[in-house]
Amino acid sequence: MEVLLGITGKDFTLIAASKAAMRGATILKVSDDKTRQLNKHTLMAFSGEAGDTVQFAEYIQANAQLYSMRNETDLSPSALANFVRGELASSLRSRKPYNVNLLLGGVDPITHKPSLYWLDYLASLASVPYAAHGYAQYYCLSLLDKHHQPDISLERGMELLRLCADELKRRLPIDFKGLVVKAVTKDGIEVMPFDEDEVVKGT
Amino acid sequence: MDTLVARYSRPAYHQNVFSEQEQQDLNDTVPSLKFAMPPVAHPSAWLRAATDDRSNPSCPIKIAHGTTTLAFRFQGGIIVATDSRATAGNWIASQTVKKVIEINSDLLGTMAGGAADCQYWLAWLGMQCRLHELRHKRRISVAAASKILANLVYQYKGMGLSMGTMCAGVTKEEGAALYYIDSDGTRLAGDLFCVGSGQTFAYGVLDSEYRWDLTTEEALELGSRSILAATHRDAYSGGFINLYHVKETGWEKHGFTDTNPVFWKTKLEKGEFSNVTSNFD
Repeated sequence: MEVLLGITGKDFTLIAASKAAMRGATILKVSDDKTRQLNKHTLMAFSGEAGDTVQFAEYIQANAQLYSMRNETDLSPSALANFVRGELASSLRSRKPYNVNLLLGGVDPITHKPSLYWLDYLASLASVPYAAHGYAQYYCLSLLDKHHQPDISLERGMELLRLCADELKRRLPIDFKGLVVKAVTKDGIEVMPFDEDEVVKGT
Repeated sequence: MDTLVARYSRPAYHQNVFSEQEQQDLNDTVPSLKFAMPPVAHPSAWLRAATDDRSNPSCPIKIAHGTTTLAFRFQGGIIVATDSRATAGNWIASQTVKKVIEINSDLLGTMAGGAADCQYWLAWLGMQCRLHELRHKRRISVAAASKILANLVYQYKGMGLSMGTMCAGVTKEEGAALYYIDSDGTRLAGDLFCVGSGQTFAYGVLDSEYRWDLTTEEALELGSRSILAATHRDAYSGGFINLYHVKETGWEKHGFTDTNPVFWKTKLEKGEFSNVTSNFD
């Protein structure tokens, strides 16, 4: 019941992840951040097997930062996505594969083109305008199919996320404790305000 | 012991649904409710073992399952919409199924779940509604009709029935009424329901634009767009969009429309479905 969402627009990529850290029937934490910053303009959100997720994400984060330090330049989002895919692919055929699903969003530092990559634990990689992982796929993809346009503004992107969050609150049986929302733009990564106390009326 | 019990106990419907006399009358006039049971000790367990592909993916009988159906109440009545695909396992058995059953001129039922179960029992419900009409000299209410079905499926609970249906109708005493009934025995009155493997996709679109004061045109468009969303994302839904509007004067059919041209029209004219590329470079 973890929620990951991603939306691209004219000059930004938005990544949202649920704040609940769940183990079995218990919510252990209500302010979990399931994202890691890979470099100035690339952000990765993750869900999956407990333990694997953070281990894998921080391994990728460390390698991305090592590359930036060694070469005094950042890898582009597409380069990082393909690197992550490669790591997942070799992990998949290892003795103990990582069970992690990812969304990787970024803005290219040179062209300023926003991008979003959908990856799963089977090492599929797809470049998409909007994406979701887990149960959120079932509710939000049809919604984004209808409402998303490639050239939307950041404000409209936040409206779409609001729409998705409302639908999930209305229909998901388990409380996911709201979303952390981060926006990637050419100026870097910023945590977006996203009010969580609002109650959504059911039908 | 169980074998003995099974041999001497009669199916539950004999005791509860009808009085002896009514049962006799029914048996004389209509197809009987006596089904041939498989000659094993536990027919229901046997059926489950043979058909439940969730617990046993290599089960020998694949029941036709996936569907998207929706119905919602609004200011102008009720919109009922369905797709038209029937699947059995991974096989598309038909693309032209009528999943809206016209029970009478102002009552509609929808089919989701086992195709045979739905078809049979909704036809049976139609018969019961007509009998009610003849016996009581007036149209049955939606509440009563839905309860006949709910009680019937509840009698068969645990015996492998699989259906998720909605009953929609407008009557003088109730106004516009919408009920959800499933084979667990759940019966709920409500304003908005989506049923089937594509339900979540339909809910996504429907919830985002649903309002009570929708105009009839907006409501029909929203119903059809929600089915389109589900046929696009759910592999077990597709084919045609079957649209109905139920109002005081009875139901009105609004077409049986192929989804493919509707999809491309929606994409190219409104710019929706931006994840699907239309240029192949």
